[in-house]
Amino acid sequence: MNILVCLSQVPDTTTKISFSSDNKELNKAGVQYIINPYDELALTKALELNEASGGGSITVVHVGGADAEPVLRKALAIGADQAVRIDTAPMDARQVAGEIAHFVSSASFDLVLAGRESIDYNGGLVGGMLAEYLDWPLVNVATSIEGGAGGSMIVCRDMDGGREKLEVNLPAVITCQKELTEPRIPNMRGIMAARTKPLQVLAPQGKGADMHVLDHALPPSRQACQFFGVHQMNELVEALHQQAKVL
Amino acid sequence: MKILVYAEQQDGQLKKSALEAVSFARQSFESLGDLNITVLLGGQVDTQAAADLGLYGANSVWMPSENILNTFEVHLHSLAIQQALAESGAEVLVMAHTYCGKSLVPRLSVAWDAVLAAGVNGIPECAADGSWKVQRTVYSNKGIASYAVSGARRILSFLPNALKPVECGSPCSVTPWNVSVNTGAARTRSLELQKVQGKIPLTEAERVISGGRGLKGPEHWHLIEDLAEVCDAATACSKPVSDMHWRSHDEHVGQTGITIKPDLYIAVGISGAIQHLAGVSSSKTIVAINTDQEAPFFKVADYGVVGDAFEVLPQLTQAIRRLRKG
Repeated sequence: MNILVCLSQVPDTTTKISFSSDNKELNKAGVQYIINPYDELALTKALELNEASGGGSITVVHVGGADAEPVLRKALAIGADQAVRIDTAPMDARQVAGEIAHFVSSASFDLVLAGRESIDYNGGLVGGMLAEYLDWPLVNVATSIEGGAGGSMIVCRDMDGGREKLEVNLPAVITCQKELTEPRIPNMRGIMAARTKPLQVLAPQGKGADMHVLDHALPPSRQACQFFGVHQMNELVEALHQQAKVL
Repeated sequence: MKILVYAEQQDGQLKKSALEAVSFARQSFESLGDLNITVLLGGQVDTQAAADLGLYGANSVWMPSENILNTFEVHLHSLAIQQALAESGAEVLVMAHTYCGKSLVPRLSVAWDAVLAAGVNGIPECAADGSWKVQRTVYSNKGIASYAVSGARRILSFLPNALKPVECGSPCSVTPWNVSVNTGAARTRSLELQKVQGKIPLTEAERVISGGRGLKGPEHWHLIEDLAEVCDAATACSKPVSDMHWRSHDEHVGQTGITIKPDLYIAVGISGAIQHLAGVSSSKTIVAINTDQEAPFFKVADYGVVGDAFEVLPQLTQAIRRLRKG
């Protein structure tokens, strides 16, 4: 299959978040960037699907600036065949999805995989928007993906209060959830090969964003912890009942 | 202003998020005056339950005449909502940012060409020029971003538990509504449904009891489950616990798991790594139980117990049982 994996870069999960003095953007000093963990699962799944079927090619696409190229090289080292960067600084999910949709319609992919959300803006919107732009089916939050009969895929997805196994015809957009697979660590051969794999930079189509960030803030700090002894459970329950009013 | 609210149901029962969605729309835009809220039910439910959405601010409720929407298929529901948007003349669509909502709103924002404010954590501030200011958590709860939203068509989806439904009206009319979408428009075929039976869905739960490595093994989870049972809570766990397969991954709360905002979160034997706190720090009240008094969880907890879970939990369960018996 020809599979496209949508990739974003995000601050490492251990990052302590702070914002610039005008609160307009993340304070990037000292922040380590990684492949969005859910996108990394999507990439690994793409490799597994093509290894199982014995063919096809994997392209990773990122909408953003040149600072994301180390992350794209890492994706090539993990095993993607080529990388594409659409060179713009997107402001919202609609802009990202619009750019990727434009790219997809100029190529021939059977399947688009994306993370179920990015762990920076946590929108979880790009996959669904992309599916609508392309008029392809969407399966959101997949925990397993297997090839089915006659070019379809069998997918398990998380839903409210349970899980559903369903069949979807290709081409389709599927977003990836934890449990789908385990991420791969690139080996030395992969890292060497990544240096010469193609990384193409495309000009943006130029659609603007709908949503504009006014400012950022840190979550309000909490009151100091009130401690109870191991044998003061009645007192703790009383506090939860009378003071916090949550029991 | 005309608003369409999409209200979710499951197995013929309105979900908690359906009440929240109606109340969210009413509380958000009441102050603007001349508000008309039409509710599209995402499937057939009991007529009285549908009429009672009027209590929370609905002006009218549309009940699908056909059973085609009773099970959730994202493409059918997306088309039905577009039909209802056109027929109602709504300028704003409101729904909950549940799994269903997360699949629907991105598709709808493109299909209906609307500006999308997704997963907001409270009611919008409405400015005189007609724009809204909305807030949503970013960086997995480690930050809050404010956005300006304007445009002729808008979609607003809110996090479950973002507000308490408030009664403000009386039961309203329920009108049969003909769905013009047919089953041929479905693009996925459901093969099997596994529903979690008898358990409170984690994202909807008002109280959550969560266990970590301090429980020392899955065989001790009855302590968590007993406590959850006496306070009608859902159960959850930390990432190491789901990674070791002590509990299924759909119980994992944290940065790469589920993000929740219950009224009460009790963390047992969880140290409070930054990734875990990211998923739970919006909880209204946090209780941490840990043997290590230096555990980071005590820095964000409202109430703490330094002690062994095996000793603390049975006593806590007993104390809550006594309270509930009154």
